[in-house]
Amino acid sequence: MGQQHDIYYVPSKSQWPIVAAVVMFLTVFGAAHWLNAEPGESGFGKTMLLIGFVGILCMFFGWFRSVIHESMAGSYNSQVDRSFRMGMMWFIFSEVMFFGAFFGALFYIRMFSVPWLGGYGHGVLTHQFLWSDYTASWGAGGGNGPAHVGGAFQTVVPWGLPLLNTLILLSSSVTVTIAHHALRAGHRGKVLAFLGFTVLLGASFLACQAHEYIEAYKELNLTLGSGVYGCTFFMLTGFHGLHVTLGTIMLSIIWLRVLAGHFNKEHHFGFEAVAWYWHFVDVVWLGLFMLVYIL
Amino acid sequence: MAHAATHDEHHDEHHEHLNFFQRWVMSTNHKDIGTLYLVFSLLMFFIGGSFAMVIRAELFKPGLQLVQPYFFNEMTTMHALVMIFGAVMPAFVGLGNWMIPMMVGAPDMALPRMNNLSFWILPFAFALMLSTLFLPGGGPAGGWTMYPPLSIQSASTAYVVFAIHLMGISSIMGAINIIATILNMRAPGMDLLKMPVFVWSWLITAFLLIAVMPVLAGAVTMLLTDKYFNTHFFDAAGGGDPVLFQHVFWFFGHPEVYIMILPAFGIISEIIPTFARKPIFGYKAMVFAIASIAFLSFIVWAHHMFAVGLPLGAEIFFMYATMLIAVPTGVKVFNWVATMWGGSMTFETPMLFAIAFVILFTIGGFSGLMLALVPADFQYHDTYFVVAHFHYVLVTGAIFAIMAATYYWIPKWTGHMYSEFWGKVHFWNSVVWVNVLFFPQHFLGLAGMPRRIPDYNVAFANFNMISSIGGFLFGASQLIFLGVLIHCVWFSKKKATDRVWEGARGLEWTLSSPPPHHSFTIAPVIHDEELAHGHVED
Repeated sequence: MGQQHDIYYVPSKSQWPIVAAVVMFLTVFGAAHWLNAEPGESGFGKTMLLIGFVGILCMFFGWFRSVIHESMAGSYNSQVDRSFRMGMMWFIFSEVMFFGAFFGALFYIRMFSVPWLGGYGHGVLTHQFLWSDYTASWGAGGGNGPAHVGGAFQTVVPWGLPLLNTLILLSSSVTVTIAHHALRAGHRGKVLAFLGFTVLLGASFLACQAHEYIEAYKELNLTLGSGVYGCTFFMLTGFHGLHVTLGTIMLSIIWLRVLAGHFNKEHHFGFEAVAWYWHFVDVVWLGLFMLVYIL
Repeated sequence: MAHAATHDEHHDEHHEHLNFFQRWVMSTNHKDIGTLYLVFSLLMFFIGGSFAMVIRAELFKPGLQLVQPYFFNEMTTMHALVMIFGAVMPAFVGLGNWMIPMMVGAPDMALPRMNNLSFWILPFAFALMLSTLFLPGGGPAGGWTMYPPLSIQSASTAYVVFAIHLMGISSIMGAINIIATILNMRAPGMDLLKMPVFVWSWLITAFLLIAVMPVLAGAVTMLLTDKYFNTHFFDAAGGGDPVLFQHVFWFFGHPEVYIMILPAFGIISEIIPTFARKPIFGYKAMVFAIASIAFLSFIVWAHHMFAVGLPLGAEIFFMYATMLIAVPTGVKVFNWVATMWGGSMTFETPMLFAIAFVILFTIGGFSGLMLALVPADFQYHDTYFVVAHFHYVLVTGAIFAIMAATYYWIPKWTGHMYSEFWGKVHFWNSVVWVNVLFFPQHFLGLAGMPRRIPDYNVAFANFNMISSIGGFLFGASQLIFLGVLIHCVWFSKKKATDRVWEGARGLEWTLSSPPPHHSFTIAPVIHDEELAHGHVED
């Protein structure tokens, strides 16, 4: 590995952390204020949220710009590279745990709370005293709970768009891997082609999902308010979709960076980090496809 | 030395040229950021402490005395949130920031800019959270555990949820940084099993943080959508269950409890060998005990929910799993005692706090065992017995360890000795009054006094008055602590030696006091006999 322990790299002072803290604060303060605004008056919350959000975009641009400059100038040694790798790995682990919370909620709702509301189990009184006519079931039958909140709905059929989306994401994982191999072999044209293909696949996934959401709201009456079925469906697929969006943006930026010639055969951690992230998003989707759509 | 450093670092070596803003706000230095964390934590300690004073003043006599019930509930809620997320956790991160690079022979943290961001998020997050006290309609008042439906009935939900998101982001980045530092920045020869126990405890704590802070983020996100976006995660009418929140919350919450105590174990494992002048007894057992506690912390969460109506099988599983934690914890207590056994001990302030920790934390551990018993917990649940239990583990546990660490390392940080006399005055006042404060609460709880209620039966009057007097005096004692710190940082004339304590071992003591701006600009050569645990035999 050629560890150079006698030469450490410590980055110089930077304004980006404090900028990041300020814009994050503006975003959430604006959002909180907006959420609490009386109907009809949005107050300063919306404006502040917008300023904060644009600020976050600028911050990311500026922070990554300075990091890319330092990286291109050759400041980072192999030790820094390993720190970055660990950072990205543990960040993805934290994301796994975030999705874990929602998958856990789905598991609990399906295995415990809905059956208990239907009278299953020992000493569960809600069924007796509150909703004695509720029969526990998932999907269109009883997924919106004993009060049938949000009204009757239908579920999304997994073998249409969701299956197509599965195939899209799985192929995109293949194309990003081909691009990675091409990068290591030094074939820049091939990298650009396959990475560009990956970006397009990501975008088509998002387009399909947007179509699916519109259909769910307009035709199936499946909304975020459709009881626990609706909220687990939209929160899980929604947060995943958000991650696909981020991943697609990151892939596009990497594509531009390949075009600008930022990477060589040995040093392309930026590429690899985004590829890891993309595979993670892919794996989460497989879990979603199985647990949310099929089962 | 400078020729070996890259040019970036070369700039930083002239840090005296940085102005105030550049040094403290744009910092990439682990010591400056560590200091920021510690100062922030001290500020939060006093803010959270003043909330506690309001609580104890209200409970001084039965009947409503000083504040409105809603405000009282805000105080109990905010006291907990501020102390947990604002005082204890940042204090440990600050100590880790200061000490881990010096202990493993590194120049700085692995990701110094992210380190700075982790800190600077916190003041904003707490400004957001504390601002809710001034909202029309008031701040959060449903307890720090934020159980729905109570917690989503005030306008403050969004503010608190977003503040917790920010704190979570800060903690996760801090933890990633600590893991990368420990795994990637150790000097050659600093094997994993030669690291100080404090470093080990932080490695494991950081893992816990990355594993559970996102789960908390998920839980509070569901609260947010339940309140503002018409979801029904915690609403039985829509098929959800309020108990679901408790499961998700405590899946975070129990590891969180250990996040607040494992670094304390690490600190005590550094201090006791120094003042007993003996290496720690059973180094590997100590490390494995920390790891076992961390593992068990993931499978015990429902012991916080015994009274909520869990299936019998779950109650039995979580009861036994919880009691299992006593085994590795017992190993640790035994090893601390065995380290002191036959040692040539002296009793400087850090050692006094460490010994008090061992005794009083063990009391808190025993009351924890009592709470782990399902049938007994049905009696104790939501009484002052629980309050007494977790204050024994968090005040005389975590906070005492933080104070011990401060006294132990502050001569290294500042280059000056603190006043031993006033340190001891602080210690004896703290240790006496903290027991006057919390010990009677065991009796109150066993007699049936519920927690989080501003008024109580006159039968509880005497013990409450004793507890409040202890509370006021314990609070006042902390002003002595503040005085000792101010004196040590700005006025102390007595220079500290590099080693500071005669029995101190480890890389951090080979550096000057105060240490150079970047701890080790070239990797130190490790001599095993200089390490705290370098002579571990397989």
